[in-house]
Amino acid sequence: MDLTLLFQLTLNGLIVGALYGVVAMSFVLIYKASQVVNFAQGEFLLVGAWVCWWFLTEWQLPFWMGFLFTLAFMTVFGLVLQVVVLRPLIGEPVISVIMATIGLGIFFQALMKWIFGVFAKPFPPIFATERVQVLGLDVQTVYLASLAISLLIMLGFAWFFTSSKHGLAMRATAFDQQVAQSLGVSVPKVFAMSWAISAVVSSVAGVVVGVVNGVSSALSFYGIKVFPAVILGGLDSILGAVLGGVIIGLLENWAHYLDSQWLNWGNMFQIAPFYALVLILLIKPYGLFGTRNIERV
Amino acid sequence: MSEAAALGSTAPQATAEPPLLEVNNIEVVYNDVILVLRGLSLAVPKGRIVALLGANGAGKSTTLKAISGLLKSEEGEVTRGDIRFAGERLNGIEAHRIVRKGIFQVMEGRRIVADMTCLENLRLGAFTRNDSGVKSDIEMVYSYFPRLKERTGLAGYLSGGEQQMLAIGRALMARPKLILMDEPSMGLSPLLVKEVFGIIRRLNEELGITILLVEQNARMALSVASFGYVMEQGKVVLDGTAEALANNEDVKEFYLGGHGADRKSFRNLKSYKRRKRWL
Repeated sequence: MDLTLLFQLTLNGLIVGALYGVVAMSFVLIYKASQVVNFAQGEFLLVGAWVCWWFLTEWQLPFWMGFLFTLAFMTVFGLVLQVVVLRPLIGEPVISVIMATIGLGIFFQALMKWIFGVFAKPFPPIFATERVQVLGLDVQTVYLASLAISLLIMLGFAWFFTSSKHGLAMRATAFDQQVAQSLGVSVPKVFAMSWAISAVVSSVAGVVVGVVNGVSSALSFYGIKVFPAVILGGLDSILGAVLGGVIIGLLENWAHYLDSQWLNWGNMFQIAPFYALVLILLIKPYGLFGTRNIERV
Repeated sequence: MSEAAALGSTAPQATAEPPLLEVNNIEVVYNDVILVLRGLSLAVPKGRIVALLGANGAGKSTTLKAISGLLKSEEGEVTRGDIRFAGERLNGIEAHRIVRKGIFQVMEGRRIVADMTCLENLRLGAFTRNDSGVKSDIEMVYSYFPRLKERTGLAGYLSGGEQQMLAIGRALMARPKLILMDEPSMGLSPLLVKEVFGIIRRLNEELGITILLVEQNARMALSVASFGYVMEQGKVVLDGTAEALANNEDVKEFYLGGHGADRKSFRNLKSYKRRKRWL
């Protein structure tokens, strides 16, 4: 048994899991606020990463500036997407909305390939030292930064939903749209805001992964990985999404360990989260933190 | 108002100042076909409590939703007539903008956000405000409903009475000029009904909030209101001061229940009602 590898993979699992958690959170945000299952979530990462890459390489902007521009771009991107594509679909059958988001996913996937090509492209180096030692483990600086960013985003979400009035309004809208209206909340605005926030947060994850692995259409695979995470956590729970993400990240890396030590099946571990998904759906169909309605008797 | 019989001498229309809320001859249609309100008119003078009474399905809740704009989310539409608040026409304005004009509806069945705490529900009530008085207003709400202060858990676990108090408190947080209250007594014990109505009266007297009150409990409603309307099948069929209505024979018969030796059996009452309609 190789214990160092186990620790290394566990740490990797936590870091990648936190990223899954962030993407899962932004997925849940849209689902909670507007009841849309967004199959184009992975493409948000893709678009964000490519846009940031473009700012950094074509415009030669310093990283922080390119990153801020990316966030600004993604805000507008999310808003426009909601207003132009999703708003007209309000009140249409769920299946139509799902088809529309799948269509969006395919569209942006192809658009990015068309503009930026099909090959992975590396980000210019961002940190002076590429790797650091943490407790005797070798960790990429970007990964550490990504963990910090993930935690910041999660704290930001926690603050937003418990302390800001717009966060409260979003929760009220998720609970009952008519009630939200009666309190003076504009429901279409909440929908648009949820898409904008979701796009921004996903793009942060996209940039982080892009910096580590280079930008390519493989990034959008994160959108698929998010499903086990959100279903594990419960489709409408933000906290569940975070925990689900971390658990899926760990599972994936432990499966990797299992495989490299004993099984040697190749990269079967990649789909380990989906085995977990099937098991979870068998045992807890609403996920760990899925909505249980409060009913007074 | 031509078909409606006016009781008492001080009809609100007669006062010099124009009423805060004026509903003129409105027609409401659901799903483009179902006509629910058929030329309804009423007026709510500033600083008063006005009661809107009527049987189930008469269109009381629809009237409130037409005023607050919430009708739209139920596929309803005001197709004729106009609704004026402080002189401004409200027809076609979205619900969330009407709240900002100072009209707040406390919906039937409380409709508090069950998965939020009491405090979060109250803060949500102040969504339309940007001033710094929110904190002191929360204390003000607690002074009316002291028991809400002790409840720190999720609002969904509150008792029915506490939820009703929270719903009213949430409305106060918006600092409205007019509260539309839909069945505040629903599902509450008689003692709690008394308490809630006592508070409604205090809100009107101490904070000067104008209230349009829809109630099944006609006796309670008329005890706090200064003026009342009786609705039937989408129209006002009778109006008058609360006193006059409470003493009106027909109102007694239909909404307050017969008393004493001449109490009729339920079967008699029903056939009587069928024979004698106002319209």
